[in-house]
Amino acid sequence: MGINNIWVFAQEANGAPSSNTLELLTKAGALGGSVSAFVVGDASNIAAALGQYGATKVYSTGDLGGQLPGVAGAAAMKAVIDGGDSPDLIMFPQNYEGRDVMSRLSVKLDRTVLTNNVDVAVDGDAVKVTTPVFGGETMVTTTFTGSGPFLAAFRPKSFEAVAGAGGAGEVVSAPVPDLGAAGGAKVTAVHVEESTGPKLDEAAIVVSGGRGLGEKDKFAMVDDLAKILKGAAGASRAIVDAGWVPYSMQVGQTGKVVKPNVYIACGISGATQHMVGMKGSKHIIAINKDQEAPIFGVADLGIVGDVHKVMPKLIEALRGR
Amino acid sequence: MNVTVCVKQIPDPALPGELDPSTNTLKRDGKLILDESDSYGVEMALQLVDAAGGGEVSIISMAPNGEVSGMRTALAMGAAKGVLVSDPELGGSDALTTAKVLAAAAKRLGDADLIIAGTESSDGYTGTVPEQMAEVLGLPSVTFAKSISVEGGTVKVNRQTENGYDEVECSLPVVVSVTAGVVEPRYPSFKGIMAAKSKPVDTVTAADLGVAPVGWSGANQQIVDVAKAPARAAGEIVEDDGEAHLKIVAFLENLKVI
Ligand SMILES: Cc1cc2nc3c(=O)[nH]c(=O)nc-3n(C[C@H](O)[C@H](O)[C@H](O)COP(=O)(O)OP(=O)(O)OC[C@H]3O[C@@H](n4cnc5c(N)ncnc54)[C@H](O)[C@@H]3O)c2cc1C
Ligand SMILES: Nc1ncnc2c1ncn2[C@@H]1O[C@H](COP(=O)(O)O)[C@@H](O)[C@H]1O
Repeated sequence: MGINNIWVFAQEANGAPSSNTLELLTKAGALGGSVSAFVVGDASNIAAALGQYGATKVYSTGDLGGQLPGVAGAAAMKAVIDGGDSPDLIMFPQNYEGRDVMSRLSVKLDRTVLTNNVDVAVDGDAVKVTTPVFGGETMVTTTFTGSGPFLAAFRPKSFEAVAGAGGAGEVVSAPVPDLGAAGGAKVTAVHVEESTGPKLDEAAIVVSGGRGLGEKDKFAMVDDLAKILKGAAGASRAIVDAGWVPYSMQVGQTGKVVKPNVYIACGISGATQHMVGMKGSKHIIAINKDQEAPIFGVADLGIVGDVHKVMPKLIEALRGR
Repeated sequence: MNVTVCVKQIPDPALPGELDPSTNTLKRDGKLILDESDSYGVEMALQLVDAAGGGEVSIISMAPNGEVSGMRTALAMGAAKGVLVSDPELGGSDALTTAKVLAAAAKRLGDADLIIAGTESSDGYTGTVPEQMAEVLGLPSVTFAKSISVEGGTVKVNRQTENGYDEVECSLPVVVSVTAGVVEPRYPSFKGIMAAKSKPVDTVTAADLGVAPVGWSGANQQIVDVAKAPARAAGEIVEDDGEAHLKIVAFLENLKVI
């Protein structure tokens, strides 16, 4: 018994394993037992790197040919499990593909899912996961009951990624079986929004704007400040929903989790769903005209003021250097 | 075209949340309201039925205490009828059980052409229920829809992805989950609110739908610890006197990032 066999749902980003994937592999390795990566798609670009981070086996479905990952990935995983190669725990990233595969698989296996976790521990046969609630004020630890495979999803940046000395993982083909009616949805076109500068979730400095900017054009101040500081620009969901900026810039529960050295929040109230995405930043600066704004509760430096007055002067002062 | 929309009824998010000390689950005993995440689905469904030129929007909800106030909001917006699954046994149900219950409720309404849910609820935010429901029903699904259109039995969805969007096509019936902000939910009119009072809501228990086990016994999980997270040390708050930007410059200098 014990938790001897762990799968990590592995994804590719720009030709390499995504940072989520490497974080989860590292943590899985620290829990003990053997670690396999499961790639819903073609693994050939990333199998070697996955091995370096501890995956001794790399399952790969091969190209999905327009199928959505949720339905295809769950069916491929179920087929491997039915074949007798069953994991005790499967770790998923809390993102689009991770959630969809895990959801479909939970029904196929009739197992519960525990989502939004930031930590995991193994205690004998038990797996315990920790989830922040109320914007991170309270931490709830939950254990799975019944038998595995246990299914858990983790927020990005919950763990540190550390490369080990492992060789390339052994690639094992895990083809997608016939999906029947459930496989009816097909991707007909893919659109990628180009972005420049450092990536939001990797930048050392993040400048984010919210509804307090007043109008779409004023987001230029956020962009300017981010550029001057060689950082990335982010946003609250309020202005993503309003169509001012693309979703890829959203910070928070449903967006990106960022942990930069400096986070500058401009005209953002600090709703719990925003804070879970940026509270882990080393240093936080907030500009908000309402001194009661919750964002000041986490700010190391809080400026009670108007973004339209403070930001142009700040940009001027920094530009002159 | 007939569209079924999942609507979750939740405690007002403007009020501070609280855990029930006996079960460590979110307290849900006050008045519940329509989750904003689902108001987009209701609006989307109404627009699609309008565009199709016929059919109706039905709503399904699982909630304790026979609660219908959130459902009435959706009915006031224009939905025609609803099924409420309410049962003391349901307390503590996990996402998978919720999905099984909602799938059974959808079946009770008869076969819809389209089932719409929110991407994630405001209070549970597992973001798994719609996809789980699709699997229970054996249906295809498209999650994270930014826009939906239906033409001759095929739904076309722009699906949000990590760094852009995919165009996805699927023939009906299908489960689609919509992201927040996709449409502007209408305010119920006075006439709508009055009409909603007499629209039918079929209230059933999980046992009526043949779903068991539910609640804690079906959840396969147990809360073992609840702890306060360490608080962040209080920072310096300054009122802008016209020179506050210099405070920021000094702060950044001190960190040696400029
Ligand atoms: C399920 C769910 C998931 C969510 N996920 C996310 C998420 O991932 N990310 C996210 O950000 N939100 C998320 N939200 C939304 C979140 O609850 C808030 O609605 C959102 O973060 C608010 O954005 P905001 O701070 O820009 O706007 P508001 O809350 O409207 O705040 C605007 C702020 O600007 C200040 N202001 C106004 N004018 C000025 C001025 N001239 N100068 C300075 N300050 C000014 C105001 O005092 C106010 O504090 C989610 C919500 C739900 C229900
Ligand atoms: N109890 C419920 N009643 C009706 N719909 C629900 C319920 N729980 C979840 N849903 C639907 O599933 C979506 C995602 O919820 P969740 O998985 O809890 O984040 C919600 O936006 C609703 O559309």
